[in-house]
Amino acid sequence: MVSISLPWRMESQHERTADRYRAGVLKYAQMGYWDPDYEPKETDILALFRITPQDGVDPQEAAAAVAGESSTATWTVVWTDRLTAADVYRAKAYKVEPVPNSTEQYFASIAYDIDLFEPGSIANLTASIIGNVFGFKPLKALRLEDMRFPVAYVKTFDGPPTGIVVERERLDKFGRPLLGATTKPKLGLSGRNYGRVVYEALKGGLDFTKDDENINSQPFMHWRDRFGFVMEAVNRASAASGEVKGHYLNVTGATMEDVYERAEFAKELGSVVVMIDLVIGYTAIQSISKWARRNDMLLHLHRAGASTYTRQKNHGISFRVIAKWMRLAGVDHIHAGTVVGKLEGDPNTIRGFYNILREPYNPADLELGLHFDQDWAGMRKVMPVASGGIHAGQMHQLLTYLGDDVVLQFGGGTIGHPMGIQAGAIANRVALEAMVLARNEGRDIWNEGPDILAAAARTCQPLMAALDTWGEVTFDYTSTDTPDYVPTPTPA
Amino acid sequence: MRLTQGTFSFLPDLTDDQIRAQIEYCLEQGWAMSIEYTDDPHPRNTYWEMHGNPMFDLHDAAGVMVELVDARATFPRHYIKVNAFDSTKGIESLRLSFIVHRPDPEPGFTLERHEVEGRHIRYTVRSYATDRPQGERYP
Repeated sequence: MVSISLPWRMESQHERTADRYRAGVLKYAQMGYWDPDYEPKETDILALFRITPQDGVDPQEAAAAVAGESSTATWTVVWTDRLTAADVYRAKAYKVEPVPNSTEQYFASIAYDIDLFEPGSIANLTASIIGNVFGFKPLKALRLEDMRFPVAYVKTFDGPPTGIVVERERLDKFGRPLLGATTKPKLGLSGRNYGRVVYEALKGGLDFTKDDENINSQPFMHWRDRFGFVMEAVNRASAASGEVKGHYLNVTGATMEDVYERAEFAKELGSVVVMIDLVIGYTAIQSISKWARRNDMLLHLHRAGASTYTRQKNHGISFRVIAKWMRLAGVDHIHAGTVVGKLEGDPNTIRGFYNILREPYNPADLELGLHFDQDWAGMRKVMPVASGGIHAGQMHQLLTYLGDDVVLQFGGGTIGHPMGIQAGAIANRVALEAMVLARNEGRDIWNEGPDILAAAARTCQPLMAALDTWGEVTFDYTSTDTPDYVPTPTPA
Repeated sequence: MRLTQGTFSFLPDLTDDQIRAQIEYCLEQGWAMSIEYTDDPHPRNTYWEMHGNPMFDLHDAAGVMVELVDARATFPRHYIKVNAFDSTKGIESLRLSFIVHRPDPEPGFTLERHEVEGRHIRYTVRSYATDRPQGERYP
């Protein structure tokens, strides 16, 4: 019996393989991109997509199409697949589930073999995962919600050049959030006037000041002018306080050669930190990260442009994925939301982002929007930056939501102070230190926060004035980017 | 000039009760306390003198306060700070550091500018106190 049935089975398998590669068009699921029995390997790269299939398109076929178009497939069968270990290289959609409280969206889980990707290259990773598939006609919309990177792949990246721990050791600042401010107005100041704002804010008590994303080298202020005046201000403030201070010099330029030239000049002048915008691109970010590592420089990333594709839930990329890519690519600071400020930010979703940046290991936690366990394998941690519409009167909320390892950036909340920029900085620093002191003493800062601030203001006129000016300002709008698995809390 | 290194330097000087409360918080987190002093408060002077090793086995704030009283008596004209060290893997660094004693007056720092090529300036922050030898820096 055995001698008869075995050749028959083999022949049948051969026929099935021959059928699979017959010229023509097959459904992606039939091409092998849908495999509900697939068990992801420890070394696989995993992605979770939110898919909205066109009417009449089967969700499993849509998931298979996403797997296919983000790995090996094209629209038709090609015989040249048979020159490869195609079964390995094909990404596999292995799970499709309806999104809670949605009738047309599905979460599709897809596994990719690690050898589909170049080691240590965000550009190659993203060219696969988001390269082609987002314009695919059978889908109305597509969003990359989360990714899991195996330790074997994480270890191919250098990660942050400095990281939270070493940044604190270099700055000699522990046990409290760092304080920053973005120079305002964003555009139009001359180098000399710009440096004045920096000096006042740093001397007043901030740790960092910052170029804005669109301050590069415009007719009103060329970059060398800015760098020179800013470093005079930074050093004067450092001498006046005895503290290490810094200004994120934005080295974003038109070409990578410009970026390097600006970074080198910042280093020559003794800056502890340089800054880039996300719009310079993933390759440029990895290049300047390696430069920062060689030159003992903190690297600040402003997520300029991110909201164009991160904010809407049905299409684009979740910021949690950008946060993971940037920890791998290697930045030391990244803007990651404030919860209470003027920019988009649901508390649980933001906590998910912060955990990605700051924790050694992220357990899956659907309430935070984290769909996979992620082991960072000793990779350094990224300092999140909270910036945009925050002020001293929210200090208890900021400390509760964001913790200690964060840069709180009060731009308007420093420079707009009625008694001047130094007074604005003093108000923020006193509010912060009073709140940390109270929290460590075991007080319930969430509820007693306003009393703690009022008490501190009794010996600090600038804080009193800040509370009088902004105490009641809140930005209470409904978030668009929220987790799908829990009722959404709103900021108090 | 008030040196504003350390976590609570923008608040009025902490009372001993306030210092003890911070130490209790640190000990509850499992951190090890240490006391350091210096008469060279340059922002990049990382290595202040250790007033003994970090107190890894001391879990009582009162014991740390005894050490602090001793440090103050021995070095009344130095800066003294209290540090909390966390040995958790991936941190292995300070988690809190604050000044608990300072000389009076504090002379502060000067900024020296070395004008080099073109409009280039190289900056050096120098403590007025370190003009004098160690031990004689704060009268």
